[in-house]
Amino acid sequence: MKLTLKIWRQDNAKTKGKLVSYDLSDLSSDMSFLEMLDVLNEQLAVKGERVVEFDHDCREGICGQCSLVINGQAHGPEGHYTTCQTHLRSFKDGETLYVEPFRANAFPVIRDLKVDRTSMDRIIQSGGYISSFTGMAPEANSTPIHHDIAESAFDSAACIGCGACVATCKNSSAALFVSAKVGHLAKLPQGQVERMERVIAMVTTHDDEGFGSCTHTGACAMVCPQEVQLLDIARMNFEYNRAVCLVKD
Amino acid sequence: MALNAKIPAGPLKDKWQNYLAKTRIVNPANRKKLDVIVVGGGLSGGGAAASLAELGYNVKVFFFQDSARRSHSVAAQGGVNAAKNYKNDGDNIYRMFYDTIKGGDFRSREANVYRMAEVSVDLIDHMVAQGVPFGREYGGYLSNRSFGGVLVSRTFYARGQTGQQLLLATYQAMMKQVKVGKLKQYNRHEILDIVLVNGKARGIIARNLDTGEISRHAAHAVVFGTGGFGKIFYLSTLAMNSNGSANWRAHKKGAYFANPSWTQIHPTALPQSGEHQSKLTLMSESLRNDGRIWVPKNKDEQRSPGDIPDEDRDYYLERRYPAFGNLVPRDVASRAAKERMDAGYGVGSLKNAVYLDFKTAIERLGEDTIKERYGNLFTMYEKITAINAYKEPMKISPAAHFSMGGLWVDYELQTSIPGLFAVGEANFADHGANRLGANSLLQASVDGNFILPNTISNYLADDIRTGSISTDTPEFDDAEKAVKDQVEKLLAIKGTMPVDQIHRRLGKIMFKEVAMSRNEKGMIWAIEEIRKLRKEFWENAAISGDEKGPNSELEKAGRLADYLEIAELMTVDALNRKESCGAHFREDYQTEDGEAMRDDKNYMYSSAWEWENGKEWKEHKEPLEFTEVTPTVRSYK
Repeated sequence: MKLTLKIWRQDNAKTKGKLVSYDLSDLSSDMSFLEMLDVLNEQLAVKGERVVEFDHDCREGICGQCSLVINGQAHGPEGHYTTCQTHLRSFKDGETLYVEPFRANAFPVIRDLKVDRTSMDRIIQSGGYISSFTGMAPEANSTPIHHDIAESAFDSAACIGCGACVATCKNSSAALFVSAKVGHLAKLPQGQVERMERVIAMVTTHDDEGFGSCTHTGACAMVCPQEVQLLDIARMNFEYNRAVCLVKD
Repeated sequence: MALNAKIPAGPLKDKWQNYLAKTRIVNPANRKKLDVIVVGGGLSGGGAAASLAELGYNVKVFFFQDSARRSHSVAAQGGVNAAKNYKNDGDNIYRMFYDTIKGGDFRSREANVYRMAEVSVDLIDHMVAQGVPFGREYGGYLSNRSFGGVLVSRTFYARGQTGQQLLLATYQAMMKQVKVGKLKQYNRHEILDIVLVNGKARGIIARNLDTGEISRHAAHAVVFGTGGFGKIFYLSTLAMNSNGSANWRAHKKGAYFANPSWTQIHPTALPQSGEHQSKLTLMSESLRNDGRIWVPKNKDEQRSPGDIPDEDRDYYLERRYPAFGNLVPRDVASRAAKERMDAGYGVGSLKNAVYLDFKTAIERLGEDTIKERYGNLFTMYEKITAINAYKEPMKISPAAHFSMGGLWVDYELQTSIPGLFAVGEANFADHGANRLGANSLLQASVDGNFILPNTISNYLADDIRTGSISTDTPEFDDAEKAVKDQVEKLLAIKGTMPVDQIHRRLGKIMFKEVAMSRNEKGMIWAIEEIRKLRKEFWENAAISGDEKGPNSELEKAGRLADYLEIAELMTVDALNRKESCGAHFREDYQTEDGEAMRDDKNYMYSSAWEWENGKEWKEHKEPLEFTEVTPTVRSYK
């Protein structure tokens, strides 16, 4: 198949970027989207041109390093896929695709399609953990956890931290990301001790990093590769209000 | 240098406790005077970084991903083993130790394996305390499943994302230490060399992958949690950027490389569908708990799999290995698949796959149970292949996966360079010639969290009066210059052959001759081909762009340059070992029914290769002594 790509090229965060057009032919519908970019980059490298920089690593949907907004949709058209799992069979022969980076104030562009997502690390640093040092743990089965609660905690914990929720949100909010970690740890008995400080610190850091506020459009949950639930945001708001009432004053 | 594994005295079951009782430790007040560099932010490196920072050392951790949460431990699916015996099925530390030793075909170091089994119990406690949402029974207690090569259920799991959940717990522990200022992280940094001062590892040279800046970092000790080098095959289950470069650069500075040719070929990955393919996605071994592997009995079978009745199916693992059936170890399962495919029974358009079928399990347990156990794997399979595996069997095929070999380390996990330690997949020792499923997450985690923090103190105890290490020395000058020269040399090639194309060709040579099945003639050919390819790379690789700022082609080229050298050592090692053991299967050393033929008289040792004269290797041998087990012919029949 043939595709025309309009790819965002930008040298660094301080320069202006623009869309550059590339025509690719002899593509196979079995190719993944990133394998198509590999083909393009091979062609550019042979011509001595600078290749298109994009983030990727595991290429099986779990590391969260790949990004991209394809035709206006974070991680492409399928919904609940990562870009690396998106294959060319999702597109029509001869189609033109617009390929852009994840855009948000909190995700400055590094080059082309690569963005800096360390703001999400800093949210986790502010409280997204249980302060149990190596060696402190009691016997694992001393704290039974109801099967359904463990499963629900897993549903939240499954977040891969890719940032698609931010890229798709009209407010560039990372509420789904924060709520996934707040929800994961608040549901488990091990997470209770730091429960209140955690949610306040993480929400505060989220705002300080320049992510926008959540207005519950639900766009994030439509693209999340791990299908983290919008309900987690409601849980986070509950946790936050509870914490503010009980702790802050 | 003679190899000294420093195995503590005493009975096997007491060695680790004896070691802990007597080893030197560092006073908490002195720990803050000591700097440690950790390379790699995954389960082993990240676990070491967090645990050392918790102890009070000053730790710097370097990794090439944008966040440590993306380290390749994230991709491990099925589970982590521990001898908890929660199932009351006769499990204990000795049985786990024995299974691992046997699984490794009696080519691992007994004391290390016993320690790993011993500490496994603490690891589960640790990870539960960190909030890992392991699978649970309805009574609220932890659930287990079974993995290949064992007869008990000792595998703990978090659906099919166990690696992700253990890694996130470790990452969160790291982030806590970043916040309190004991850990400094350098994301998007690649290590291009280590620096030796007076024969000791005292620092590294790193390249910032965003800016191209090359920087010097000094410390009292360096820890590598740099993972495996299976990406050398190009098509593998590894992440695209996983590489062997840090280990290789250390090897060229004096670290011995042990058993480099022992690569695990995983039996259940997705088959290759075309030339463009960059990755072979793994389907967890846990699927073999409920899935049955088969090929049609008829080579020219045209029916779709659902229409083929049982009598026309060859469940070849159940046929050949009735005792373990579909749960034979990985090396056995991969070779058996290769045997069927080579004989012409492969399925799929390229005849390069076998079926993994859940029909029987769905009939027995219902689709909901299968969904709860493996739901995310079925979803992942459908995303990649557009096939619903609840309705028709998966097509799977063997793929390069795990490096059992790695940097040689002693019992303290110290390499042959004083002050350089290696943890997790980067080292060797624990898995012998074949790793059992769910022992990888285990080894990475216990090395990082429980073993290294307790052994590195014996080394650091000598440095409490040293003071901080300067980077303004001739050793750092030389190392930095060498790194800069290599970057310049790569950019000056300006050839016409894309780096990935050369890497694909290397992968084909290696997968053909130095993977599941090996013979002398093929490997002699492979060495010649690798040398030719290396020459071609340095004459004609197409590396565009410059060294300032991000340049993914330059990164790939640097890694490939190392792979082109590692490949030769792997082949030399495989050629040198004239026996079959575990994943190392020599066609010239097999039994009449096609099973591996070990030669304990001549090869009961780990090879440890020393880089000599800049072009050859010298073999050192670490003899393997078994005091508690008697090496037997490994049988899963």
